Amino acid sequence: MQALGAPLGFVVKRAAQAILVMLAIAVIAFAVKGALGDPLREIVGEAVPEIERAELRHKLGLDAPWPTQLARYLGHAAQGDLGQSYIYKRPTLEVVLAKFPASFELVLAASLMVLLISLPAGIYCAVKPQSLGARLILGLSVLGISVPVFLTGIILISVFSVWLGWLPAFGRGETIRIGFWESGLLSLDGLKHLILPAITLSSIMLPLFIRLVRGAMLDQLGADYVRTARAKGASRLRVWLHHALRNALLPLVALGGLQIGNMLAFTLLTETVFQWPGMGFLFLEAVTRADVPLITTYLVAVGFLFVVTNTIADVVNLRLDPRITLEGQR
Amino acid sequence: MSIDDSRPPCASVCAFALEHPGIVVAAFLLGLIAIAALAAPLIAPQNPFDLASFDVLDANLPPRWLAGNDPRFLLGTDSQGRDLLSAILYGTRISLTVGILAVTIQAAIGIPLGLIAGYVGGSVDSLISRIADVQLSLSTLILAIITLALVRAGLGGETLGRLAVPLLVLVIGLAEWPYFARTARAATFGESAKDHVRAARALGVSDGAIVRQHILPNILSPLIVVATTQVAGAIMAEAALSFLGLGLPVTQPSLGTLIRSGYDLIFAGVWWVTVLPGLTLVGILVAVNLLGDVLRDALDPRLTPR
Repeated sequence: MQALGAPLGFVVKRAAQAILVMLAIAVIAFAVKGALGDPLREIVGEAVPEIERAELRHKLGLDAPWPTQLARYLGHAAQGDLGQSYIYKRPTLEVVLAKFPASFELVLAASLMVLLISLPAGIYCAVKPQSLGARLILGLSVLGISVPVFLTGIILISVFSVWLGWLPAFGRGETIRIGFWESGLLSLDGLKHLILPAITLSSIMLPLFIRLVRGAMLDQLGADYVRTARAKGASRLRVWLHHALRNALLPLVALGGLQIGNMLAFTLLTETVFQWPGMGFLFLEAVTRADVPLITTYLVAVGFLFVVTNTIADVVNLRLDPRITLEGQR
Repeated sequence: MSIDDSRPPCASVCAFALEHPGIVVAAFLLGLIAIAALAAPLIAPQNPFDLASFDVLDANLPPRWLAGNDPRFLLGTDSQGRDLLSAILYGTRISLTVGILAVTIQAAIGIPLGLIAGYVGGSVDSLISRIADVQLSLSTLILAIITLALVRAGLGGETLGRLAVPLLVLVIGLAEWPYFARTARAATFGESAKDHVRAARALGVSDGAIVRQHILPNILSPLIVVATTQVAGAIMAEAALSFLGLGLPVTQPSLGTLIRSGYDLIFAGVWWVTVLPGLTLVGILVAVNLLGDVLRDALDPRLTPR
């Protein structure tokens, strides 16, 4: 904790760490590319004789020692060039980025649902632990944790699409383009397509976050300052929301930050069930068809998202923790 | 043992069960599941791995309670004519095997590391804890998906299918050891400060013997709680990977593979191929999670709500 000194120093340190992690991810991606893909095969096919191949390999610099190749890969990567996709015949970064809005809107919708439900539900379970409602919520959350996300999706599709026919089961529906961003949030059809995937994705995070909120609130409610505030005559609601919740948010953001990787995995599963044209769905397509440049680009993109969101979570944590802010003001 | 317990052991078990009704449900479900998994080769009407034992002509038959069923197949058949009951029994066996083996690896790595970190302390402790933190911040599921996806892209789907069980066990096993390490470390801290450990040290008992004989037996209960939740997590991870086509192949189906293979059929009204293995999976996970919750409440009185 002492290392956190001033926020500026903290941010610089965090940024340096982030760059280091990205570098490591790029090296891994390079290694994967080297191990899995033969770029020559894609350019010339299988029929070309070995002599010509060797010549071409030399001309393209593919016979250079690996540090040279790595340096070249990193140089290109820094300029946003991560190779050509075998399937799409376009720069891989372009292909992956085109799928980003779909994944982002799905995650956004699911996160909003998680926040809007888990905060009140978790607080309720903490302040009225013996009530029937709290027991019901906690019981349901055991059930919720036990239903895998893909199964939730399948059940929702069977009920609401196949059986009742109320909601569409696949894809994003109608999208509206704003600049490079293809949005499904602006049309009724797009929103209808979003409902089931968003419920599915939030269902897996919800029980966990209700428990996290409950646990963090219970910790705070047992603290002395809460008793003092009550003794001073502060209303219950004020103590719960103004005192306890504020302090409960701190461990919540830290623990929530740990869930980013899981969120990526759950998004990938949800996208697979609903054939949602996002980054995870693209990745599995790339894997099935052995599109190595696309696979490595996905790794780099996901690593980048992971690093960025983790850094944001850390900075938010810094802002929320009054002890750190005070030190910064000195 | 010289401890005099006037109540017969049965009475204390019954009292415990009355206090935690969840455990009765969990125990009943787990008993059923264990029998199904262990006795699968004996009770299954058919060997679902033996392609010769089923016929495509029997494909997609509904369960016994629906119209158009075939009395030979209690839970109906899948798209290859495989008896679903047999497939579910064997699938449960595979899912449980992968889950338990993976957690064994987690425990085998995590518990020793946690014991060392907690007992030695200092820089060894901070190094181990740091590695555990980093490992935890990378989600197991996404790591497993990426690793298996790379194996699949590199070696092809068939090789992946053949290596699926050891690969799944290794990937899920290696990724989640920190949960054991953290718990073991925290419990070791508490235990090391106790008199019996200090007495042993004063008597010149070696560090290894202290850890093995005086600390480990006393920190088992929190570790058992961790193991329970981890088994549920590992089973769920295996199902998710198999559902993505990165786990067990259709020729050797786990519950996740069965759910995947039936997924396309729900639009044709053939829901049972997906839903029945799905319910089995949920039943296993609910039972294991319930057991974990009850154990946690029973072993850690701090967590019971006031």
